[in-house]
Amino acid sequence: MNPNQLADQAHALATQADALAAKLHALGTAAAPAAAAVNPFVFLLAIFLMACFVGYYVVWNVTPALHSPLMAVTNGISSVIIVGAMLATGLATSHWAMAFGFIAVTLASVNIFGGFLVTQRMLAMFKKKEK
Amino acid sequence: MSASLTSLLYLIAAVLFILALRGLSHPETSRRGNLMGMSGMAVAVLATLVHAGMHASGYLLIVLGIAIGGSVGAVVARRIAMTALPQLVAAFHSLVGLAAVFVAAAALNAPQAFGIGTPGHLYVESLIEMSIGLAIGAITFSGSIIAFAKLQGIMKGNPITFMGQHKLNATLGAALAVLVILFVATGAQAIFWIIALLAIALGFLLIIPIGGADMPVVVSMLNSYSGWAACGIGFTIQNLALIITGALVGASGAILSYVMCKGMNRSIINVLLGGFGTDSGGAAAAAATGDRHVKHGNAEDAGFIMKNASKVIVVPGYGMAVAQAQHALREMADTLKQDGVEVKYAIHPVAGRMPGHMNVLLAEANVPYDEVFELEEINNEFSTADVVYVIGANDVTNPAAKTDPKSPIYGMPILEVDKAKTVLFVKRSMASGYAGVENELFFRPNTMMLFGDAKKMTEEIVQSLDH
Repeated sequence: MNPNQLADQAHALATQADALAAKLHALGTAAAPAAAAVNPFVFLLAIFLMACFVGYYVVWNVTPALHSPLMAVTNGISSVIIVGAMLATGLATSHWAMAFGFIAVTLASVNIFGGFLVTQRMLAMFKKKEK
Repeated sequence: MSASLTSLLYLIAAVLFILALRGLSHPETSRRGNLMGMSGMAVAVLATLVHAGMHASGYLLIVLGIAIGGSVGAVVARRIAMTALPQLVAAFHSLVGLAAVFVAAAALNAPQAFGIGTPGHLYVESLIEMSIGLAIGAITFSGSIIAFAKLQGIMKGNPITFMGQHKLNATLGAALAVLVILFVATGAQAIFWIIALLAIALGFLLIIPIGGADMPVVVSMLNSYSGWAACGIGFTIQNLALIITGALVGASGAILSYVMCKGMNRSIINVLLGGFGTDSGGAAAAAATGDRHVKHGNAEDAGFIMKNASKVIVVPGYGMAVAQAQHALREMADTLKQDGVEVKYAIHPVAGRMPGHMNVLLAEANVPYDEVFELEEINNEFSTADVVYVIGANDVTNPAAKTDPKSPIYGMPILEVDKAKTVLFVKRSMASGYAGVENELFFRPNTMMLFGDAKKMTEEIVQSLDH
């Protein structure tokens, strides 16, 4: 077998592989809409609704005496919005986005530290009767 | 780190947050709950920090932001007086709202960071979610500032009402809706900021007509809003931790608002429309009853009566917080207990300026939580009490809520202090309470009015008990 023949064969194989890959790709894109027919938003919405129910039942179980710490701790946990602020600050290339992200990181940090620490201070005061 | 692993960590953070709220079902488990909340936050922040593709200047800004914000937050949390808690919580709500506005602005400018399009070409659904998060966030921000100003005393607590107020609010609301549609259609920066400004104005206008003593509802409601704002942003940037937490907080605030409204027998709409407590009916009633006989006494009389009692129930209200009388009150209870008197505390759901306000103040003064009871738990016991010591509360004890269908507070659940043998009422004057209604109780033969500052009066009683 001379080199020319080899090259021809290789070329033929490569073309075949290309065709196969194209076919596969076509199959993939044909299958994808079927698999992704459910918009990811729906999954997020499902999680959101379930979380509403969880919140409803968990919060009704909170004793009224601890309603103030409840508000303070919800301040702390809702500041998990810092996650979005951090991603904007760290991933963005736009200076505006970085600046907005930085402000949001700072504001959310006040709440995280303030919220959890003031809750801790309050809860430390709730003591039982000394017997 | 892979995106799936990061998402899993966010999920763990969310579960820890749920456990944090779960812990608050009892004081004994609450401290561990708070620790879980803190760990949840640590997990979420760390998972974000190791996100792929973060640039160095970004890290620098993040660390700087956390350092500045964190130290401010820590100092404030340490220094704040327990009586100032309601305004602190209001201030925190406004920060969550403002943070939501800025995250939305950042996402609009750098959508590729969250995979929601390219600058100027965001996905339509992302724009919808973003504008919802933005509007709620901005309303939470400005509404909480008004709540803060009213609670802090920078602004008068009276409701501020004017002609066509509700029409103006409705117009603003409609304009906001139109702008949101425009924003979703164009994705324009300018419209984004107009929405922000309009929502801020609406937040101010929504809260100014609501009076000081309705602040427990307002603070709870803004708590709920801050949660929904976080949720809106969570949907925009497709973050699990944010969506779940936002829903938890939103539900929590909504439940607290409901509990507070039920405690006053008013609908949330009635509270939100505002203007309560400005009725001139109160003044007329006061004039009509002007000449009725009121029995008043001094600290020695009160001390004598309490010393000879076998059961005393203390009913604290906002006046106790204002006078900072909780420590003197605990001292009084201790002295009485040494003399073999049984002392309990009864708390009305809307006592104070935020849910659970009185419980925290009593806990601060080292009152054991198992001596403090909620309305339903203790209402049957008033008939067996010899003395009820009402300190800084008024409307929540008014029997007119049960007997007078014309009273603005009719139907509101009250602490039935009138069933006790003697009612000692510490008050600065005969002025009516927030609802502007005369308290029938002042004129009862078994009521003794103790005029004076709540703290000073209680201290004088302690002295007279020591003799």
